[in-house]
Amino acid sequence: MSKSDLFVDITDVVCPVTFVKAKMSIEELEDGQILEIRMNEGEPILNVPRSFKEEGHKVIEVNNNGEGTYTVFVEKGGLL
Amino acid sequence: MTAINYKELKKGGFMKQIQKDHFSMRLKSVGGHLTGQQLQTIQAIAEKYGQGYVHLTSRQGVEIPFIKLEDIDQVKRELADGGVQVGVCGPRVRTITACQGKNICPSGLIDTTVLAKEFDERYGGRELPHKFKFGITGCRNNCLKAEENDLGVKGGEQPSWLESACTFCGLCEAVCPVQAIKVQKTTKKLEFMKAHCIYCGKCVKACPASAWTGKSGFIVSFGGLYGNRIAIGQNFLPIIFSTEVLHQVIEITLEFFAKHAKQGERFASTLDRVGWDLLKKELAVVL
Repeated sequence: MSKSDLFVDITDVVCPVTFVKAKMSIEELEDGQILEIRMNEGEPILNVPRSFKEEGHKVIEVNNNGEGTYTVFVEKGGLL
Repeated sequence: MTAINYKELKKGGFMKQIQKDHFSMRLKSVGGHLTGQQLQTIQAIAEKYGQGYVHLTSRQGVEIPFIKLEDIDQVKRELADGGVQVGVCGPRVRTITACQGKNICPSGLIDTTVLAKEFDERYGGRELPHKFKFGITGCRNNCLKAEENDLGVKGGEQPSWLESACTFCGLCEAVCPVQAIKVQKTTKKLEFMKAHCIYCGKCVKACPASAWTGKSGFIVSFGGLYGNRIAIGQNFLPIIFSTEVLHQVIEITLEFFAKHAKQGERFASTLDRVGWDLLKKELAVVL
């Protein structure tokens, strides 16, 4: 499991708030820092990591928590 | 007054209303696109000759209701001057519908807009035994409901994996809807069960390392209907990567329909009557 600088849980919100909450969290970090983000399977796991990619942040690890959620580690600016 | 040729009127997209000598005028659209200039023209006509409103049809079209019979020629002229053409009805290839496709939509895998224009140029309005509908959707999300159409086209993507670029993060496994990918993070192994792949392209879109790349193509469905009879278009061809082959498939299909259909028979019913294998056999030539 990767180490993170900030953890956010977005399993309590639905699209498009999932992305807003994720974006607000990653903006608190500096480039190179890691956001750990817990999200639901289905639409969030399909769309949130893809949106990070479009904004230049790199997913480095994805763990299936086995109860309908995933924990994703994202490096801020990792694709820039 | 001269006798009204309803068949000729209908060809030109004039739908007879229940109100005597009034028509709902169908306008041409391709892939659901209209320019600002066209909208201005439509607005002016609706206000001047209709009742100041338009109806948006189920197939991405615009109709202007309450056009009077005596105004039809003048309305046609003013529409043409403003860059708007009249749509088609009757037994022929109808409005080509499309979603916004890959140039706009993050999920899109094919350029639906360009394809819709090509379809319109090649097949639009072609006379057939019955109406024939084309729909083009950019990906498996199927916003444009490809399988409702006599011939539907859906964007697909065949992925391939480059081991040297992979970081084994596991995201592709998480997004794959058919569990065709298994990632072993600790041992840095990835297994791709190609036979299970449904060409959705989600692994390619998600991959943060560009280890997954894709070749986009077309998944074609035949015999869809959503009217008096409801039938879901069937896909029995492998994914098609070449636009040229796609057009060959369509030409063969339209010729098949023209040759085998009874007048007034929809494609699905023709296929059920003469046998789907007959179409499959004819299509096998180009694949």
